[in-house]
Amino acid sequence: MSHPVLIVGASMGGLRTAEALRRFGYVGPITVIGDEPYAPYNRPPLSKEVLAETVSHEAVAFEQRESTADVNWVLGTRVESADLEHNIVTDANGDVHPYSALVIATGLRPRRLNVANGELRGRHAVRTLDDAIALRADLKPGARVVIVGAGFIGCEVAATARTLGCDVTVVAPGIHPMQQSLGTELATEMQHRHEAKGVVFRLKTAVTDLVGESSIEGVVLDDGTTVPCDVLVEAIGSHENTEWLEGNDLDLSAGVLANNDLRAMPQNGDPWNNVFVVGDVARFPNPAYDDDARQIEHWNIPTETAKRVAQVFTEQAQGEFRPIPSFWTDQYDNHLLAYGVLALADDVKLIDGDITGDCVFGYYRSGKMVGVCGIGMRSVVQSYRSNFV
Amino acid sequence: MIKIDVDMAKCQHYGQCVFEAPSVFELNNDDKLEYTATADDSERANVEAAIDVCPMQAIRIVE
Repeated sequence: MSHPVLIVGASMGGLRTAEALRRFGYVGPITVIGDEPYAPYNRPPLSKEVLAETVSHEAVAFEQRESTADVNWVLGTRVESADLEHNIVTDANGDVHPYSALVIATGLRPRRLNVANGELRGRHAVRTLDDAIALRADLKPGARVVIVGAGFIGCEVAATARTLGCDVTVVAPGIHPMQQSLGTELATEMQHRHEAKGVVFRLKTAVTDLVGESSIEGVVLDDGTTVPCDVLVEAIGSHENTEWLEGNDLDLSAGVLANNDLRAMPQNGDPWNNVFVVGDVARFPNPAYDDDARQIEHWNIPTETAKRVAQVFTEQAQGEFRPIPSFWTDQYDNHLLAYGVLALADDVKLIDGDITGDCVFGYYRSGKMVGVCGIGMRSVVQSYRSNFV
Repeated sequence: MIKIDVDMAKCQHYGQCVFEAPSVFELNNDDKLEYTATADDSERANVEAAIDVCPMQAIRIVE
């Protein structure tokens, strides 16, 4: 029997690749290896609805499709290394997995604070279901919650924790929350909306140390003050899970570099013919914007990249791969929806609505629209999406 | 024909489905999801794609 298509990473990107391979007619064996014990599940609710409710795998699991019933799932198994010359992957148990084609779908893991006094109970990250279950248990009314990082995840957790009745302080190095993505005006407005709900921001500030005996009791900031803390949430970005690929001729400088067909790129020379990259860990050029390869950590990218890989693998790909990133965030009753790559913009303008209510902002680079984001007004936001196709 | 069901208790009106199967799903003027309960078999692939991108996993094809 021929060796399987081996998908490393059993989250959305891995699942969607398996499904897409079947949809585009590949009938050979497929194996998916993942380090979490769970079948693939939906992550967006983890920082939102799940934190506000009872948490279970059942509530967030992706539905299993008939087309992938014969996929071999190897869960709870961490991959240790890969040898691309010999088409094998070795897992942490020492088992060797030969493959005909390899799909890299190992995604990201949260970056954690690098502090001396780190071994304390009450420290949390938000990436996996187990992370969310642990955090949910600690978000009790009146708990003093400190969130480090004011990106989308940090702000979503801030809103959820505040809604649950926690005292919430957000510590971050930036000037306004989510400013890098949203731009100054919208970020400032979102800060005001958080503050109106009682969230305290400690901005332009970094954490230098943690205080506590066995559990966390305080967070020391670089201005010398200490913020009392029962629950610490570290939402300071992520590391790519690429260590297992070291020693091969790949560009791992940021994620895994791939070409527009999602074939993994060596540092010099032609792309790997049987090695593909999908999801958050893929750094690929998107001609809808320019020639620069970027990682795009947005909702629709695992699904879009999985589809492209299946098309390329079954020789049905047509034209360029030009996915339009899409994301949303919910904070209290502020529902933000965006398309495009907002962070590319050199100019941001209010294009509809009222900044104190529902509104839509346009994001422009050299005068050309590269993104759109609104609070509410989803139909209006969607009407601009065609600018990026 | 295929029958489509959206769990409106789950749906948060993110509108991601709209671009996958525009003849089935749309956001109305109040930004709420509206959809046709049935569609031609030729729409199956598009609706499957809409199922994939639904952030709340609220869409189903009822066989």
